[in-house]
Amino acid sequence: MLKPIFWEQVMKKVLFIGTAITVFILFFIILYILKNGLPVVDLEFLLSSPKDFGRAGGIFPCIVGTIVLTLVAIVIATPLGVGTAIYLTEYTKKGRLISIIRFGTECLAGIPSIIFGLFGFVLFVVYLGLGWSILSGGLTMTFMILPTIIRTSEEAIKSVPNSYREVSLSLGGTKWQTIVNVVLPSALPGIVTGIILGVARSIEETAVVIFTAGSVLRIPTSLFDSCRTMSVHFYILAREGISMENAYGTAAILVITILLINMFAYWLMHRLMAKYS
Amino acid sequence: MKSKENLIQFGLLLTALSTIAILLLIALFIFQEGLPIILKVGISGFICGSHWSPQQGQFGIFPMIIGTAWITVGALLVSLPLSMSCAIYLSEFSTAKVRAILKPIIELLAGIPSVVYGFIGMVILFPMVRNYFGGTGPCVLSASIILGIMILPTITSIALDSLRAVPYSFREGSLALGATRWQTIRMVVLPAAKSGILSGIILGVGRAVGETMAVIMIAGNSVIIPNSFLDPVRTLTANIALEMNYAIGDHRQALFATGIVLFITIMILNVVANTIARGGVKE
Repeated sequence: MLKPIFWEQVMKKVLFIGTAITVFILFFIILYILKNGLPVVDLEFLLSSPKDFGRAGGIFPCIVGTIVLTLVAIVIATPLGVGTAIYLTEYTKKGRLISIIRFGTECLAGIPSIIFGLFGFVLFVVYLGLGWSILSGGLTMTFMILPTIIRTSEEAIKSVPNSYREVSLSLGGTKWQTIVNVVLPSALPGIVTGIILGVARSIEETAVVIFTAGSVLRIPTSLFDSCRTMSVHFYILAREGISMENAYGTAAILVITILLINMFAYWLMHRLMAKYS
Repeated sequence: MKSKENLIQFGLLLTALSTIAILLLIALFIFQEGLPIILKVGISGFICGSHWSPQQGQFGIFPMIIGTAWITVGALLVSLPLSMSCAIYLSEFSTAKVRAILKPIIELLAGIPSVVYGFIGMVILFPMVRNYFGGTGPCVLSASIILGIMILPTITSIALDSLRAVPYSFREGSLALGATRWQTIRMVVLPAAKSGILSGIILGVGRAVGETMAVIMIAGNSVIIPNSFLDPVRTLTANIALEMNYAIGDHRQALFATGIVLFITIMILNVVANTIARGGVKE
């Protein structure tokens, strides 16, 4: 009889060690990057332009590039994503079309970024003649972050209790009025979470940006300019061994940004879920 | 009023169809660019050909397919023990509070940019591999370790969700019969959550197959069929990313054709994961 209990103790320890290793890896990666990168980072690093291909100077143009590219993607992806989520949650009676749309969203979420890169390159850069530009990059990125926004908004809209809708409908509100005035405001934190996660995704992305927005190291002056995002800049610095110091610095900024964004998104969604359950 | 409502509903339907439209557009463009060269070289010549030298007009991606397979299997070997430990421990042994803290923390791993993972591989793994196994550092082993860590959160998160979805009464029934918690997990909980866990693993495989930037930085990128875990390899994704910026003509088409192979692989993995997950719900 002792044997099963013995195994239980062993397995519990083994599983605990596995979990501990995973958490250790995460903290190790983050702390390693911060330890080596933070000493490089100061206001000067953030706000000055790189000199000598990034060997010296800061990363200001890359920060601007990242922000503008992300904005383009978000501005287009948000209405599309939220619209899709509304249709999937508020207008559907289970059906063939719906499962096809759901399946399409799942597939889109699984497609590797390099494929999006190839696609964006042919469609926007070559076929539509937009060249390597913020517009090409932003539009391609839109497609990449769409599934994230759809899924999170869907979850948020589903979490709004049905009684809210019933009150509005019984007061004579139409379906659309109910959605706009009742459902969306209640689901807003969740929808914002989806958008924020989309922002994180587009900050992280490298392959797509190189293929569609290029990597010109200058502050962009129009949407038709090429730009270099922080991830791309970091990649080029590290891969071509231009400056390890500045690579660490850029990585630190990237990691901090992503951490803050993810924590904020998690906090928002958690608050929404706690409110309605 | 009624017609306005209908118009809105129609508009939303069009929006919802956008994901399908995008998917079809991607397929259309990739195939249109890549198919001619596959037809020219022949499907078997393209997929099973082991010589890739675009200057000589030889386009065989077999080494890249094998390279991708090695790295993916390696990543699973690294990832499965860790991700299953996390999922089972957090679902069955830890307190709700610990789970609430650790789950988002592990999911944070998914948020770290892939270039950062590649960089960590370069500065930390390369010297270790060089010291303990020899070689220069970039190889299947390094790439497998890094990719294994990268797909950890995907597998953990989905497996954890499906373990939590197993009704508590299942566990109570088993425990009431005198089974230990581990026996309950092994014989009741894991089988009940099987389909969810499996679809999580397949999605993890999809991520590993599709990863580009980290792999370019640490896999070595040589077009050879590897003999050991210490050989450098090139994956399908790396093949596209490395040569795209200077490829023209047939060469460029061949890169798009590589994209077709990748696209089809990922779509198959998606369909399988989807089918398995849905089968689980029906039970």
